[in-house]
Amino acid sequence: MNAPETQLAAAPFDSAAEGYNFAYLDEQTKRMIRRSLLKAVAVPGYQVPFASREMPLPFGWGTGGIQVTAAIIGRRDTLKVIDQGSDETTNAVNIRRFFARTTGVATTRRTSEATIVQTRHRIPETPLTDKQILVYQVPMPEPLYRLEPRVAETKKLHALADYGLISVKLYEDIVHHGGIATTYDYPVIVNGRYLTSPSPIPKFDNPKMHMNPALQLFGAGRERRIHAIPPYTPVRSLDFDDHPFEVQRWEHACALCGSKESFLDEMIVDDSGKRMFVCSDSDYCHDHREQQADDTGEGESA
Amino acid sequence: MYVAVKGGERAIEASWRLLDKSRRGDTRFAELSVGQIREQLRLAVSRVMTEGSVYDEDLAALAIKQAAGDLVEAIFLLRAYRTTLPRFGYTQPLDTEAIVVERRISATFKDVPGGQLLGATYDYTQRLLDFALMAEAQAAGNDSDTSASAEREHLAAKPEAMPRVVTLLDKEGLIEQESPTPGAAEPGDLTREPLSFPASRATRLQNLARGDEGFLLAMGYATQRGYANSHPFAGEIRFGAVTVEMELDELGEAVEIGEIDITECQMINQFAGSGEVPPTFTQGYGLAFGHSERKAMAMALVDRALRAEELGETLASPTQDIEFMLSHSDNVEASGFVQHLKLPHYVDFQSELELVRRLRAQHAAQASQPDHDQNQQEQAA
Repeated sequence: MNAPETQLAAAPFDSAAEGYNFAYLDEQTKRMIRRSLLKAVAVPGYQVPFASREMPLPFGWGTGGIQVTAAIIGRRDTLKVIDQGSDETTNAVNIRRFFARTTGVATTRRTSEATIVQTRHRIPETPLTDKQILVYQVPMPEPLYRLEPRVAETKKLHALADYGLISVKLYEDIVHHGGIATTYDYPVIVNGRYLTSPSPIPKFDNPKMHMNPALQLFGAGRERRIHAIPPYTPVRSLDFDDHPFEVQRWEHACALCGSKESFLDEMIVDDSGKRMFVCSDSDYCHDHREQQADDTGEGESA
Repeated sequence: MYVAVKGGERAIEASWRLLDKSRRGDTRFAELSVGQIREQLRLAVSRVMTEGSVYDEDLAALAIKQAAGDLVEAIFLLRAYRTTLPRFGYTQPLDTEAIVVERRISATFKDVPGGQLLGATYDYTQRLLDFALMAEAQAAGNDSDTSASAEREHLAAKPEAMPRVVTLLDKEGLIEQESPTPGAAEPGDLTREPLSFPASRATRLQNLARGDEGFLLAMGYATQRGYANSHPFAGEIRFGAVTVEMELDELGEAVEIGEIDITECQMINQFAGSGEVPPTFTQGYGLAFGHSERKAMAMALVDRALRAEELGETLASPTQDIEFMLSHSDNVEASGFVQHLKLPHYVDFQSELELVRRLRAQHAAQASQPDHDQNQQEQAA
């Protein structure tokens, strides 16, 4: 059962990583990670310590997410990897290639085709289903670390559900800036109990976590923590009655697909500082453009 | 244009090719072999083995070659390889008293049983660039043969036990002795279990042994400069070969499975004493693979500083703070996280951009009506 499962089929591109187990990690390590994952799912939002391994990619570049994906991926899975919403960013390309080499599983750029989506800093715009798992790469799993750097202390605060510190911080924001000055990694309460970091997704994405049909797994490699949000779990972004939580809005629409609903990246396109706004989610943007092409093709046949 | 901004597969592939090329350098010069690195850059190999947590000179040398001499990168390569190896079991504790020394010094006593043995060291060289080394292919031939055989004879003739210097102080009860705590739990294994706090001394030493030499050096140095109370003496530093034994279930007894080179350091530190304990000396401990004296000594200084709490000393500086020290000692973690700032942060930056613009707009709006504010203040007054 713990025998290494060496890969037989050739990977679609690159040479397959020879001499390594399926999905790189050995089976004992995967089992250890799965145990932590089960605990994390059983206690939504609670940070479960796990014996994070060194991976062939550096800490801080997604090793937590990679270990979680490696522990859950099977031969029939289809993997999508995004970074900042896009499949094309170098780190996403690199991680996708890593799994293609070490597992030989199919990879995709279409959110709807994937069974596992590994992400850094975004939740896809296309709604997920209960057949999908979203794996987040997490740099700092502890939402209180800026307020209390000592893990031994934050453990106590979580145990007592003593979250006064963060409320005071948000209140001070309002006093100083007239509003809550946290724009990404915006803290949430999961299942009415644990204060949890959503990883540095923009707060624009926070509402997507609430009652999401997909299983959401969070891996922090360097900090050695795993946490989870099971499907259909309530997730509340912290706020006050008189300062309700709100997400970013743009005056612009995407310059490529015209979407007004998606999160936009700003790009400087020439030396004079001219700007352009485009969807951060490249797959969504692509779909949206194709749809429009179809629509106009049918509408105006001239 | 969109894809160009986001980078992509072809860019990565091109980058790999460039990397290979730049690692190889000018092809008019012969390629460096792994064997050359192992034999001629032995101190780099020691460091990579120690912080990479694998005793394998060839793999360490390969990692150094592949990393083009960047030792932190080489350590990372070795760790990433190590992580894939199954754990067969644990060896017996090393008996470092049975070490076959190549070098052994004590700064606390002029002479010690077993003698002082200077061995190969840079300590007493004058740091003048030796331009003779620039002329390649030194004629070493016969000389090295005779000296090597002389060395072997010397080692063979020296099986006598070499008691630790710190045990000499024990006769007067002047120094605490390292002894196993009766009924203590098995030491944890940091490579298999996450670091958690509070951390036992065994866990701390494991962390420090893998810790970055530069970090430990700076922190050890800080303890000497008043950041933590240490009055250290190099009780003993040893470099040599020890045998590794492992108990095999099939045989029911420990058998020798090999020999490794290690550097061990025991620091002797003053301890002012407390209500229950009279003033005495205490120890800090350092151990590294291969020949790594700086690392072993720095580790011993830091180990001692981190014992402040158990010895009831005042905790006043970061070097005594177990969580601070252990969380930041690992260069694979630190290098990864510092350099992850190279990854795109468009989304987060976009969010901040939007916030700063909004705040600036508010600020400008407020600034443009100063009269209004003043009037209000006057009215209130």
